Amino acid sequence: MSSAHFVLNNVSYRYDEDAKPALNKVSFSVNKGEFVAVLGHNGSGKSTLAKLLNGLFLPSEGHILVSGMDTRDEQYTWDIRQKAGMVFQNPDNQIVATVVRDDVAFGMENIGVPSPQMPPRIDEALGAVGMLPFVDRAPHLLSGGQKQRVAIAGILAMHPEALILDEATAMLDPSGRKEVFDTVQRLNQEQGITVIWITHFMEEAAKSERVMVIHQGEVRMDGTPREVFAQGETLRSFRLDVPPMALLSEELRGRGIDLPPDILTVEDMEREVLARCR
Amino acid sequence: MLRDITLGQYYPVDSFVHQLDPRTKILLTLGYIIAVFMASNLLAYVPIVLFLVLAIRVSRIPAKMMLRSIRPLRVLLIFTFVLNLFFGAGDEVVFRLGFIVIKYEGLMNALHFSLRLIFLVMGTSLMTLTTPPVVLTDGLEKLASPLRVIKFPAHEMAMMMTIALRFIPTLVEEADKIMKAQTARGADFTSGNIKQRTQAMIPLLVPLFISAFRRAGDLAMAMEARCYHGGEGRTRLHVLKYGVKDALAALVVLGLLAAVFLVGKLL
Repeated sequence: MSSAHFVLNNVSYRYDEDAKPALNKVSFSVNKGEFVAVLGHNGSGKSTLAKLLNGLFLPSEGHILVSGMDTRDEQYTWDIRQKAGMVFQNPDNQIVATVVRDDVAFGMENIGVPSPQMPPRIDEALGAVGMLPFVDRAPHLLSGGQKQRVAIAGILAMHPEALILDEATAMLDPSGRKEVFDTVQRLNQEQGITVIWITHFMEEAAKSERVMVIHQGEVRMDGTPREVFAQGETLRSFRLDVPPMALLSEELRGRGIDLPPDILTVEDMEREVLARCR
Repeated sequence: MLRDITLGQYYPVDSFVHQLDPRTKILLTLGYIIAVFMASNLLAYVPIVLFLVLAIRVSRIPAKMMLRSIRPLRVLLIFTFVLNLFFGAGDEVVFRLGFIVIKYEGLMNALHFSLRLIFLVMGTSLMTLTTPPVVLTDGLEKLASPLRVIKFPAHEMAMMMTIALRFIPTLVEEADKIMKAQTARGADFTSGNIKQRTQAMIPLLVPLFISAFRRAGDLAMAMEARCYHGGEGRTRLHVLKYGVKDALAALVVLGLLAAVFLVGKLL
């Protein structure tokens, strides 16, 4: 038994019978405990991919296995959705209840967790995202970042093995983005939850273990952030930006300064520049 | 300006009435309404007044809040009272001034119907003041669930009400935002006659509706992603359980019904 968590085999998806496929013959796998960032421009198919991963959409062709279960097999639908929780873009449109506590309970109620087991799981989940002091608050009074953390807690309470975040930070301000990203990164490191982080923010992708770039419904690049961001030209051809430090080092290289192509962060840059000043 | 809308009129204190099961409160409010309608003469209102005073004291709702609940009724009350007073049938004249004639039956009817209205509203307000809307919805779901046998969608109805309550503040906020955006572009919501003002609402309502539908689509997907598949096999965080307090409250209301019935019978 391999440790593959998600396996996609030649997956295509069309919104309409005769429309151009939103995803075209995509194949890849994600291992248990990985933190994968999926990058792509608007309309690249990255959101479609997210909804295929937990059976909200079913592939037009090909197969998707989640922990060995085929998403097309209806008997597994609810198992898959419980094991692969999903956070959406708009924080307001995914909170169901009028109190944080009740919203975290919503998923557990749906999968039939016995009532006495719910309160400890709510506390545990809210604690994991640092929202325990807000348990009795009304969600509409929370900030965007806090709402997204409540949404994550609602999924954690269902004891998932993977988190799929479909542009979960797109509508947040910079501090809210960091708040949510750090929370998910910690869950990945401490609890070994597989994370699929769909985004168009380069800084977030740069902090993950593995970056996949989707363009026109196909996976065009797949590797570590250093490998991917070293190819500035290719990224730009997919209408994606390069992280600022990678861009700077590229410009400097263009002017004849000898820098390695895999610089991503200010710390990398500082180290390399200092090394050359000696 | 739209911010001040509160959800229902729940008054958050802890009291005997607050702790009652929502189902008890709904059923007992029904019992109370029956008692009010059973009262056939003014004397029969005595036990009702006693009951209300007791219930309000026990619920720790300030009397001012209770009185405020009948304020929206004042026009209706005046109408009821005046119409019954002047146009009642009967022969016993109590008061006469020119063409104004007040008869005994008219006076009695005026008092009777006005008091009935006041007591009805105060009693039902006591329920909404002591129960958060979501809990009330839970109670309604439970009470209506036997009706599933005749295909009544009890769970779906309750879920719809909960979601509606949850989205009221979100949509109010959004309406406020759209209103400001349209005002910034020169829309005028506050002047003109009724027709002009109604027309001015169109640029507010259209975007609001479109966004509400989009939200509904998003929410449906988010609920499905969290394994929502209807009421079947669903467990609940808040389990409703009848307790001693509920039995006690039921006894009091039964006593009220008996008292009203006896007063009506004896006199």
